[in-house]
Amino acid sequence: MLPFKPALLWTDLLMFVLVLALLAVTWHIRRREHLAAPWRKVAMSRAGMASATLLALFAGIGLLDSLHYRPALPDEPVAAASKAAAETRYAVELRSVLDLLLDPLPSQVETTYSAPLATRAFNKTVIEGDEGTQRDYPRLRYGGAHLADDRGGVAADVAGRALSGALGGLAAGLGALALLALLLSPRRALERVLAWVTGNGHDAVHWAAWTLLGVTTLGGVLAALASGYHVFGTDKVGQDVLYQILKSIRTALVIGTLTTLVTLPFGVVLGIAAGYFRGWIDDLIQYLYTTLNSIPGVLLIAAAVLMTQVYMDTHPESFETVTARADFRLLFLCLILGITSWTGLARLLRGETLKLRELEYVQAAQAFGVSSWSILGRHILPNVMHIVLIALVMDFSGLVLAEAVLSYVGVGVDPSMISFGTMINSARLEMAREPMVWWALAAAFVFMFVLVLAANLFADAVRDALDPRTRVRGVA
Amino acid sequence: MSQQPLLSVRDLAVDLHLAGRALRVVSGIDLDIGRGETFALLGESGCGKSMTALALMRLLPDVGAIAGGHVRLDGEDILARPEALMRELRGQRMAMIFQEPMLSLNPVMTIGSQIGEVLTEHLGLSEGAAAVRTIELLQSVGIADPVRRINEYPFQLSGGMKQRVMIAMALAGEPELLIADEPTTALDVTIQAQVLDLLKRLQAERGMSLLLITHDLGVVANMAHHVAVMYAGQVVESGTSAQVLHHPRHPYTRLLLNALPEVTGPNQRLATIPGQVPPLDGGIAGCRFAPRCSWVQDACHSQAPEWSGASRDGIRCPHADTLPPLPEALRSMNPAASGTPQPPLLQLQDVRVHFPIRAGLLRRQVGAVKAVDGVSLSIPPGRTLALVGESGCGKTTVGKAIVRLNTLTGGDISFQGRDWSGLQGEALRARRNQVQIVFQDPYASLDPRMRVADILMEGMTALGVGNSPADRLKRVDRLLDQVGLPSAARWRFPHEFSGGQRQRIAIARALAVEPRLIVCDEPTSALDVSVQAQILNLLKDLQDELGVAYLLISHNLSVVEYLAHEVAVMYLGRIVEQGEAKLVLKRPQHPYTQALLSAIPRVDIARQPQRIVLAGELPSPADPPEGCHFNPRCSYADRTCRQAYPGSVIADGRAVSCHHMVLTGGAYVAAPVKPALAPDN
Repeated sequence: MLPFKPALLWTDLLMFVLVLALLAVTWHIRRREHLAAPWRKVAMSRAGMASATLLALFAGIGLLDSLHYRPALPDEPVAAASKAAAETRYAVELRSVLDLLLDPLPSQVETTYSAPLATRAFNKTVIEGDEGTQRDYPRLRYGGAHLADDRGGVAADVAGRALSGALGGLAAGLGALALLALLLSPRRALERVLAWVTGNGHDAVHWAAWTLLGVTTLGGVLAALASGYHVFGTDKVGQDVLYQILKSIRTALVIGTLTTLVTLPFGVVLGIAAGYFRGWIDDLIQYLYTTLNSIPGVLLIAAAVLMTQVYMDTHPESFETVTARADFRLLFLCLILGITSWTGLARLLRGETLKLRELEYVQAAQAFGVSSWSILGRHILPNVMHIVLIALVMDFSGLVLAEAVLSYVGVGVDPSMISFGTMINSARLEMAREPMVWWALAAAFVFMFVLVLAANLFADAVRDALDPRTRVRGVA
Repeated sequence: MSQQPLLSVRDLAVDLHLAGRALRVVSGIDLDIGRGETFALLGESGCGKSMTALALMRLLPDVGAIAGGHVRLDGEDILARPEALMRELRGQRMAMIFQEPMLSLNPVMTIGSQIGEVLTEHLGLSEGAAAVRTIELLQSVGIADPVRRINEYPFQLSGGMKQRVMIAMALAGEPELLIADEPTTALDVTIQAQVLDLLKRLQAERGMSLLLITHDLGVVANMAHHVAVMYAGQVVESGTSAQVLHHPRHPYTRLLLNALPEVTGPNQRLATIPGQVPPLDGGIAGCRFAPRCSWVQDACHSQAPEWSGASRDGIRCPHADTLPPLPEALRSMNPAASGTPQPPLLQLQDVRVHFPIRAGLLRRQVGAVKAVDGVSLSIPPGRTLALVGESGCGKTTVGKAIVRLNTLTGGDISFQGRDWSGLQGEALRARRNQVQIVFQDPYASLDPRMRVADILMEGMTALGVGNSPADRLKRVDRLLDQVGLPSAARWRFPHEFSGGQRQRIAIARALAVEPRLIVCDEPTSALDVSVQAQILNLLKDLQDELGVAYLLISHNLSVVEYLAHEVAVMYLGRIVEQGEAKLVLKRPQHPYTQALLSAIPRVDIARQPQRIVLAGELPSPADPPEGCHFNPRCSYADRTCRQAYPGSVIADGRAVSCHHMVLTGGAYVAAPVKPALAPDN
């Protein structure tokens, strides 16, 4: 019997399909010089490489969080006795590989709020001790529990842990670089690592290496501190904020990437068809997206999400676990976000196609009697692909932000699902407290900011490389 | 030259910094431009002539920088002036007009306010005085009704008018030197003639110096007193224009002139200049022209030639005066296939293509642009028919109708005696291979994302030419060989080729499906003269070899003269004159053909006919003039011409549509020519 049972959520499946598709496209591009050239330009861009490194780390966390399983429950004695060969029973709660790696962070739950790196709770409670009852800040169950004296030794302990964590993180980063170098060129690995770190050679790779080292060092500090403290404090129900943030990353990535999967077929097919065929097809598609555009998006999304909610409430039997329920709502949110946001891409592609269809190579193909769909596939689509790519990368950050806004309004992801939006939503009340609980909002803000900034910088680098209008042209 | 030159350039060098590399696009040129003189800077694209002009005005783009030298205007070194003081120089002492009049005017300002801006800025005129002066200026550049025009926006003016407004703007500051960068390249021949005449007149009236930058040898011959020929960032030869154009000394100038169809003549092979302009990254040790020179010697590759002679009259080639005449091998030519009467391959009968104009909420048709309005043509197999006319006359639409890229409004086309315009669907697809097309712009006609082999095989696959992919690949090799490209080219992408090579690929693509007729839509107008010669030779060779017929669509009559057996001249959707090429081009009968032919600037001024300058521009095909379409611009027009469109008559061996062809003794001849009216501009 397996000690766990793998569970595949819909969004997990789609995420991995997306990763596979990405790998396939990369392999396809690598073999074609004209397609690979602009990407090589992205690789030459410092900001592009640094942000790509950050995005890769975020993506790594998101993917680890997408490998779900149900752990086996310890056999109950009675059941074991009655049924010797009984089936292993599995927990109703889904866990991910990320949870496993972060263990015991998810289970270190305090009673309520505590500040970052605190050893005592945020609120006074009545403590019954040897000297009778008194109102005081109680010691936390996990935060700083290893300290005998939590009044004096915290600063020294934190500094010590941070230092050793930083060193450990740096070493881990160097180790990762060495591993990468070994994979790339086993013979001259050491030379490569030196070149990357010292900057001899490729400038952009140097930036990427330093970003990686910086992030692993910071990660080391966080990990070292998290083993003894709540680095970013705890929320109302005492859950660790760092853990929540790491879980939020997956939600953000799912929204940012799966939504584009929905927009792509609509945007590309309708946009190109409208531009190429003109006539009534064009009119129809234009009416469609003008209509869609003139309905407030939030309204449509709210309606759709509430409908889903009703469906989920009336069909509880369809969902095995709470997580599956939340996941269904997330998937539906992606779908409805996608349906409301393909219009921009379609409009762009229609305009570009209108230009391309008059070009002489398209007319030459028409003179050969090549069918319209072949022309679309062979001449139009490859020549608008750069626009599609640029739009995708640029939309990503917008969608991550959109999730935050929708969840804040209450029509976003399921309340049981951890996301930047739900964190910000709960911060609404926390900010109104006196004294203020600021850390959850601040931490969510910083991480979301880094994610969105990295995505935007990467999008810029991609646009610079792919957009023909930004290419420098020879004069005279 | 006795007096001091107005503009004296010494050792001017310009660098462009592109992608981290410095390119020396202008390296050490010397120019001296006298007062009241027209000085032409002649060169093909990429030779650095525009960069030179921009450097003189200190208007280089951000990536460019003047790397050395002196520019003295009336003795003062203007490169030493601070930028703030340059502003009063520009517009007042030196002014510039650009190639593209459509892009040089601000579309949201009236032309009056744009010219007025220059006057108030530079001459400090009050607004009232500026308005008066603006009207004077517009009058002087030949714009009719200037009082009304000053309140119009650029989009209300035609291309030629816009260029006149640009000239008026340049003249507003009463400059001593006017730099005209390809001022007529974007214009039609008849409009070009108007603008060139205007420049010539203004220059004579004002005693202004004119620096004319052009690639057109004919324009140089007709306009310039003095000329400097540029190649790869250097001046290779300079002298008076008569001397340089009629007794060229430098190998490049010689080859360039022999690459001109009008100089070489129709039955001779054009000289071609092989290869391309070398990259200007400083890696050239010897003569820059050595890799392409027909007379190259060993020393040329290692030793950079020095300038010999005076700055205004010299040459950059030590061997120039000892060179033998052009090698004979370049000039041999198969005699043109003799024309035995054959049934026509393609026949157009009263073909009409109208594009509906729709307006209103329900998109009702309110009119039609009659792009082609009753054209009848026939092309015999293996021959070339040229369709000649200005832009907007409908010649490209005829070409596309023949290739079935647009639908006919009326009339019919038959191909090899069978119906062609009525074919639909599969029946059309099955015969599409018979008629193919080569487009004007080799940069837009090849899909940048496809490799050469894929481009060539697209048609073969679609039309089922060749049995298997391997067979088709073999055909690709043969096609590449036919158009003079190495077979290694097949796995490369279009952007790796130069303009001329791309046009070869486009021709190979058309040939791939073994057509009987190729519509060549301005096949050389996007190419430089030396490359044009290669393509013209190739087209002629392919016709001799494969017996393919061409419909050559062109506005360049020297190209037509070189390639075509028959010529049809088109004006506003109709054919006005049609007949054997030699007859039509040597003795044009229709007034429009006469004007068109006379408007082309010839290199050999002796052969330049009396210029007939047409007034006005091509009317809109949505609203053609009553009667003969040409009557508003024709100097012979009378009442009959304004009432009815003339029928076609045979006169002097060709068909002409003109009321002034009168029947005398059984044959039509042109009516006695009235004294030409004074050109009204």
